[in-house]
Amino acid sequence: MAERSFAEEVKKLRLGEGEEFRGEGILAVTKALLQSGVSYVAGYQGAPISHLMDVLTDANDILAELGVHFEHSASEATAAATLAASVNYPLRGAVTFKSTVGTNVASDALANLASGGVTGGALLIVGEDYGEGSSIMQERSHAFAMKSQVWLLDPRPNLPSIVQAVELGFELSEASNTPVMLELRIRACHVHGRFTTKANKRPDFTLKDAIERPVRDVNRIVLPPASYLHEQEKIARRWPAAVQFIRERGLNEIFAGDARDFGIVLQGGMYNGVLRSLELLGLADAFGNTQIPLYVLNVTYPLVDDEVIAFCADKRAVLLVEEGQPDFIEQAIHTTLRKADLQTRVHGKDLLVMAGEYTGAILLKGVTAFVERYAPQLVASHNQPVATPATAVAVAAAEVRPRPPSFCTGCPERPIFTAMKLVERELGPHHVSCDIGCHLFSILPPFNIGATTMGYGLGWAGASAFNTAETQKRTIAIMGDGGFWHNGLTSGVGNAVFNRSDNVLVVIDNGYSAATGGQDVLSSRAQNPIRSTFNSIEQAVRGVGVKWVRKVTNTYDLARMRDTLREALTTPEKGPKVIVAQSECQLNRQRRIKPQIRKAIGDGQRVVRERFGIDPDTCTGDHSCIRLSGCPSLTIKPNPDPLRRDPIASVVDSCVGCGLCGEVAHAAVLCPSFYRAEIVNNPTRWDRFKARVGAALIGWLQDRIERRLAGIAA
Amino acid sequence: MTAKAITIAILAMGGEGGGVLADWLVDLAEQNGHYAQTTSVPGVAQRTGATIYYVEMFPEDAVPAGALPILSLSPVPGEVDLVVASELMEAGRAIQRGFVTAERTTLVASSHRVYAMTERIAMGDGRVDSTKLLEGCRAAARHFVSADFAGLAEDAGAPIGPALYGAMAATGRLPFTRAQFEETIRRGGVGVKASLAAFAAGFDATGANRAPDQPAAGVPAVGPRLDDLALRIRRDFPPLVHATLTAGILRLADYQDIRYAGEYLDRLAPLAAAAPDILDETARHLALWMSYEDTVRVADLKTRRSRFARVGREVRLKGDQQLGIAEFLHPRVEEIADTLPAGFGRWLLATGWARSLVGRFTRQGRVVRTSTVPGFLLLYVVASLRLIRRRSLRFAVEHARITEWLGLIGRLASSHPALALEVARAQRLIKGYGDTHARGWRNYQRIVAALPALEAAADGAGRLQELTQAALADDRGEALEKSLATN
Repeated sequence: MAERSFAEEVKKLRLGEGEEFRGEGILAVTKALLQSGVSYVAGYQGAPISHLMDVLTDANDILAELGVHFEHSASEATAAATLAASVNYPLRGAVTFKSTVGTNVASDALANLASGGVTGGALLIVGEDYGEGSSIMQERSHAFAMKSQVWLLDPRPNLPSIVQAVELGFELSEASNTPVMLELRIRACHVHGRFTTKANKRPDFTLKDAIERPVRDVNRIVLPPASYLHEQEKIARRWPAAVQFIRERGLNEIFAGDARDFGIVLQGGMYNGVLRSLELLGLADAFGNTQIPLYVLNVTYPLVDDEVIAFCADKRAVLLVEEGQPDFIEQAIHTTLRKADLQTRVHGKDLLVMAGEYTGAILLKGVTAFVERYAPQLVASHNQPVATPATAVAVAAAEVRPRPPSFCTGCPERPIFTAMKLVERELGPHHVSCDIGCHLFSILPPFNIGATTMGYGLGWAGASAFNTAETQKRTIAIMGDGGFWHNGLTSGVGNAVFNRSDNVLVVIDNGYSAATGGQDVLSSRAQNPIRSTFNSIEQAVRGVGVKWVRKVTNTYDLARMRDTLREALTTPEKGPKVIVAQSECQLNRQRRIKPQIRKAIGDGQRVVRERFGIDPDTCTGDHSCIRLSGCPSLTIKPNPDPLRRDPIASVVDSCVGCGLCGEVAHAAVLCPSFYRAEIVNNPTRWDRFKARVGAALIGWLQDRIERRLAGIAA
Repeated sequence: MTAKAITIAILAMGGEGGGVLADWLVDLAEQNGHYAQTTSVPGVAQRTGATIYYVEMFPEDAVPAGALPILSLSPVPGEVDLVVASELMEAGRAIQRGFVTAERTTLVASSHRVYAMTERIAMGDGRVDSTKLLEGCRAAARHFVSADFAGLAEDAGAPIGPALYGAMAATGRLPFTRAQFEETIRRGGVGVKASLAAFAAGFDATGANRAPDQPAAGVPAVGPRLDDLALRIRRDFPPLVHATLTAGILRLADYQDIRYAGEYLDRLAPLAAAAPDILDETARHLALWMSYEDTVRVADLKTRRSRFARVGREVRLKGDQQLGIAEFLHPRVEEIADTLPAGFGRWLLATGWARSLVGRFTRQGRVVRTSTVPGFLLLYVVASLRLIRRRSLRFAVEHARITEWLGLIGRLASSHPALALEVARAQRLIKGYGDTHARGWRNYQRIVAALPALEAAADGAGRLQELTQAALADDRGEALEKSLATN
């Protein structure tokens, strides 16, 4: 079950002709796919397109009605390979993943697909995880489009434009026999807006038709001599066909093309930001009526040279708004203008920035500088020096500390890293190779564990060089259950077995692909009506030949976790060692059990809720406990003691009683301040009897304590 | 003037419900004649990290036929009408990013703090200055509304979102009525009653900034049994230190007995004529040192009726619920020896077979259920060892150390007053239990060992302060090592 349910929202997917859809961008994309008569959809979750996968999961009934097959692909490579269905058959298919990481994984299949070309429309919806909020390396999908020659759409970030891009994307793909990539930036994926819907369309040609009447064409397969033919075909036929389609159907847009002798060329995705800059300069209104010519590239690859030349021909200069680097479009436009012998100056990265997100501030600065250079009178009134903020403001800003994401309250991964800290105290530090997933938060305070991360599922692969008989010391690699099934089983575990590694892998099995939003994976321990779950990681590891496997089924058992790690690092037994550390993702667990508990209490059942607390008068404010935990509900508060200054540790009411605090206090011999409070709802008669008897005796002794202390405090 | 979008930025932490707040705003706008657009950057930022939700609204009646407003997906610094921060440092972040300007921005910020990890893990006090943040907010915004919205929401049994939403309504910055705001909460349909209560509390919060908790000032009152000692304080010590000394005798009488509190004043008497800041800091740290946390003290504090009541309040125990309390204790041989009479305790620590015999029972931590009779009795018996505390090993050790420390301060008070003050303050390092305590004591000793050099140095006091800070920089002693090396 995914973290977020779209059960309500997916009803919007049933909207018919001419109705108004209001909702999130990613949901609009789903609707557009159904309106386009898509036959199959696949993908791999990851921000910012996780919601697209979750929407499709929740919409499975609607998809089934329309005869649309939907898969949670094993990886992005699987997803891209799925598009092979459109090679020989007039089937429209779409796949989706996070980019550029997903595109990296997909690129083998993508290159093969692009080489042979497609018959049915093939759409890759990539969530461009770039700029603020991104969790990956900062690269561009653009490079993949160029290298494999697939076309890249970058529509204006409003729902009608995005929906149209999906629909026209399929047509473009079919017209040019080429896969098409639709790039959506993070904010566009999550933008709330409206558009007018069309009726959903059942595909004319179905998967059934294809399976029952298979066709093949050896010229579509990547093997010589066809592969040489493909390259020629791309240049001689597919590319010109695409350019023709883009031009004839007006995919790119020009606004106020002749208004001035200078203008702006921009990626579609940059449109709203550029428009806001012009509006702030008084050069556009809020409805897109601009006084500066704009050439909006809703297709950023391939460029239509004739359009570029026509837009630039009568202009002294253009500003190219192209986010990210390298500056592929800027270079291409320079080349085009040079070949056409046009002297139009091209600005871009000189007035904006070469690297990094084009935020509102950067766009405003760049556009202002550009207009100032070519028509200073237009921006004169906007060019007042910015007042320096008051000192108090600068002082306050200096107090701000970073607040990176971290393990959630009660996260079962936290005790694994606490155990690693404890083992580190005994055996010294080890080289730790990290993976991708929530567990990567271990590299941040308070744990500060981990040296590298080489990609999803590549935790153990990233440690494979450290395999030498010259030392007895072992390395530790981390992998999540998501990464394990994505590729880690082969790239990490199989590799370690084959190369006779003597090192340690910890597989963190929290039952979900947690970091991407709690989707199920093969080893999830939940019934899933449309997928096969309960496939054991331990068995898979043994299956590829690991002999030393330990399973810890309760990661909160800190002593057990620590001892297992110590054993793996010190056992004389040679060969790869795998620890499967199992406990359910707390975020998903709470979402699952909270309503059940509420109901049980409401029904009058005896329910015990546990949470932890700290006695403020015994806590001395050293915060060792926080350094070994980092739980959001374990924080600090001002010291109530008039003689002490350092803040004390404190557990806030969001505590879910996972038990780690108590385990840490025991295992690390920290301090006696932690207590566990057990709140009994609907106590039974026996509970009440016990409490009455206990309270009588305890009360009598507490009276004695109070008598001793009487007369001391006022 | 052409129509412009209304721009709203919400700075929150993942998991706080900022998304719900943004959804309410969209609903509010769309139901009341406005276009609305919201964007966010979820992903891993949702896992407790700082994140921004951005909303733009545009009045439908200002849109010409056939046109659509072009709304921005991210805020432009200086162009935000309403900034909402769910916590004080996030308000600081809004200022840092330039979203808050005196020309335009109304800033609604909760004055409570959710401490960042770097503030939490400091070995001493790593908190940033809330006063500076509040002053910055006041200076940066055109209009600043602040209250402890988290507290208001908690009182109403709701998350912070609705309380902030109420404050947003109260600012009048958005063209909607209170009833229209409240309708969105009802349409949302989740926890409506509590949310509306929190909304009302947020709406009514007048912007009276509840100051961050300050330790109570002034001389605390004492009970009749301490009257004599209180009189002695007033007679023998300067008024500036009365508050600290009175807190000291209160603590030590509670810790041991009235006589012990008297001994505290005896120990301070030689310093009565020293500079008041030296006397005050010494008195403060002496009271803490003399009430060192041994198993007896811990058991004593955990068995008190007031403690049971406090736990009940903290977990918000309701009438029909029962409370159980379980302690996580891990006494080691050292702690047991500490509690024994000094000679016996030393023998235990020095005798291999005895030590390993006792050690066998202390390898694992114990969970003691204080709310049950057996658990309570166990702690009660341990607490009553207070009667033999004066003869215990720990008492002898700590008081020998205290004597030495006081001797140092007394010696330096006249010749090197600044240094004396820092020596008094260095006691801060000795705190906690078990390894933490041992580490603190080691660090303290290393620093004190540097004293002869510091006395000769020009800025010995500043240097000592640096060393103390270094000792608190990490728990492996690396910073202290480095700092001592540069001496």
